Amino acid sequence: MDMRTPLAKVRGLGSAKSGTEHFWRVRTTAVVLVPLTLFYIVFLIAHAGAPYEVVVAALVNPFVCVITALTIVASIVHMQLGMEEIIQDYIHSEGLKVALLLLNAFFSLFIGGLCLFAALKIAFAG
Amino acid sequence: MSNVTNGRPLSPHLQIYKFVPTMAMSIVHRITGGALYFGTILVAAWLVAAASGKESFDWVNAIYGSFLGQLVLFGYTWAMIHHLLGGLRHIAWDLGYGFEKHFANKLARLSVISSAALTVLVWIAILIVR
Repeated sequence: MDMRTPLAKVRGLGSAKSGTEHFWRVRTTAVVLVPLTLFYIVFLIAHAGAPYEVVVAALVNPFVCVITALTIVASIVHMQLGMEEIIQDYIHSEGLKVALLLLNAFFSLFIGGLCLFAALKIAFAG
Repeated sequence: MSNVTNGRPLSPHLQIYKFVPTMAMSIVHRITGGALYFGTILVAAWLVAAASGKESFDWVNAIYGSFLGQLVLFGYTWAMIHHLLGGLRHIAWDLGYGFEKHFANKLARLSVISSAALTVLVWIAILIVR
């Protein structure tokens, strides 16, 4: 006998209530980060150790700015989800786990906010 | 939870299993992921410095250009490339390919060798461009 309600069955989300969303978001961000990372490796090869004027001139370019912003957004989502998995796997005390999950969310957002603001400021104000 | 599991058999832990390359790669994938997580601080510092002006950028550039800075960035490059290659392996597995054990072990060994080789190549390219 199936004890699940028709609504639960049609949603297909299981007991965790979020289904495969975590898994799926890790994968979508991972796939998009492959070309973005490759772009950035080439970009950094070209600009590592370059003087201020050269680096800023490169980051002002709208294409580079958009790629930078997309890389930042995809990276912080991917890294927050990844660290979430590590915390949930290794931290067994409930209080510490919740605290670290919060800290993880704040850290990711903080880093993302800093990078996004910096990238946009360079693009708009030099 | 401790009262529930008291006295019940535990599942075998890491030391019980034979060491295999895929296992090492799984652990290294986590470790490099964690390193990249904290490495974003370096990226943020670099971008914020570039947005703040020449003086702060030159300051960060000098730190990153020092011997210790270059060493950390070299490690960061390897972590990035290794995590990228490990991620590609995981995508293949997610799609259902590459589970045959000899192939998976070969691929695990290959990803260490190729991540190291690619890291060195990237740094040679950096030195040539500079």
